[in-house]
Amino acid sequence: MTGEAVAFGAVAVVLVAASLAVVLTRNLFHAVIYLAVALVATGVVFLLLESPFLFGVQLLLYAGGVVTLAVFAIMLTERLIGERLTQTNRFIANGAIVCAAVLAAVLGFLAGTPSGPLPAPTADATPAIGRALSGPFALPLELLGVLLVAALLGALHLARPDD
Amino acid sequence: MFTIGLFGVLTRRNAVGILLAIELMLNAVNINLVSFARFRGDLGGVVFALFAIAITVAEVAVGLAIVIVIFRVRKTVEADHLDLLRG
Repeated sequence: MTGEAVAFGAVAVVLVAASLAVVLTRNLFHAVIYLAVALVATGVVFLLLESPFLFGVQLLLYAGGVVTLAVFAIMLTERLIGERLTQTNRFIANGAIVCAAVLAAVLGFLAGTPSGPLPAPTADATPAIGRALSGPFALPLELLGVLLVAALLGALHLARPDD
Repeated sequence: MFTIGLFGVLTRRNAVGILLAIELMLNAVNINLVSFARFRGDLGGVVFALFAIAITVAEVAVGLAIVIVIFRVRKTVEADHLDLLRG
C-alpha cells in the first residue's frame, strides 16, 4: 500500500461520509458545513491527482464562494427567525432504490474495464494550463467571461427588492 | 458521490438542499475529469474541470437568486409546495 493510496483512501472515506451527511442531515446549516468539508476533501483529491492549481481554485471558488452563497440563501429564505429547518423527506425508499441501481450500474461498468499501470507522476502542470487557456482554449475562456457577466446581471436583477 | 448527490436531489424537501446535492454531483464529475487527465497525461480534462467549476459557480449564484425570489413571492421554499407547473 503506497502512501498515495492510503492518503486517497482516507480522503475518500471523509468525502463519502461528508456527502452522506449533506443529504441526510436535518439541519440545513449543518448540511452546508458538511458540503464545505466535502468540497475541501475534493480539493485534496485534486492535490493527490497532481493538480495543485485546481486545488487552489476549488478552495477559493467552491469552499469559499458557493458555501457563502448557500449560507446567505438559507438565511434569506428561513421563514421564522431561529427556526430549525427540518428535512423530513418523503420518497426516501424510492430515491434509495434508484440511487443504488445507478451505483450498481456504474460500479459494474468500472469492474469490467482493465486498470492499466500508473503513469509516472508529471511535473506541475500549472504553466501548461495557463498556456492552454490562452492558446487553444482562449475562446471558451472569453465565453466563460460572458457567461459570468450574464449570471451576475441575472442574479442582481432577480434579487432586487421590489421598488 | 454522484449517486449520493442524486439521492439528495430526489429526496430533499428544501430547494436550497436540492442545490447543495447538485453541487455534490458536479464535484463528483470534476473528480472524474481530473483523474482521467492524470492517468492519460492529457491536460484537456483539467481545463474542462476548471471550466466546469466556473460554470457551476455561476449556476449556483443564479439558482440561489431564483430561490430567493420564489421565497419572496410564495413565502416557502419547500419543493412539495412549489407545484404551479403541476398538471
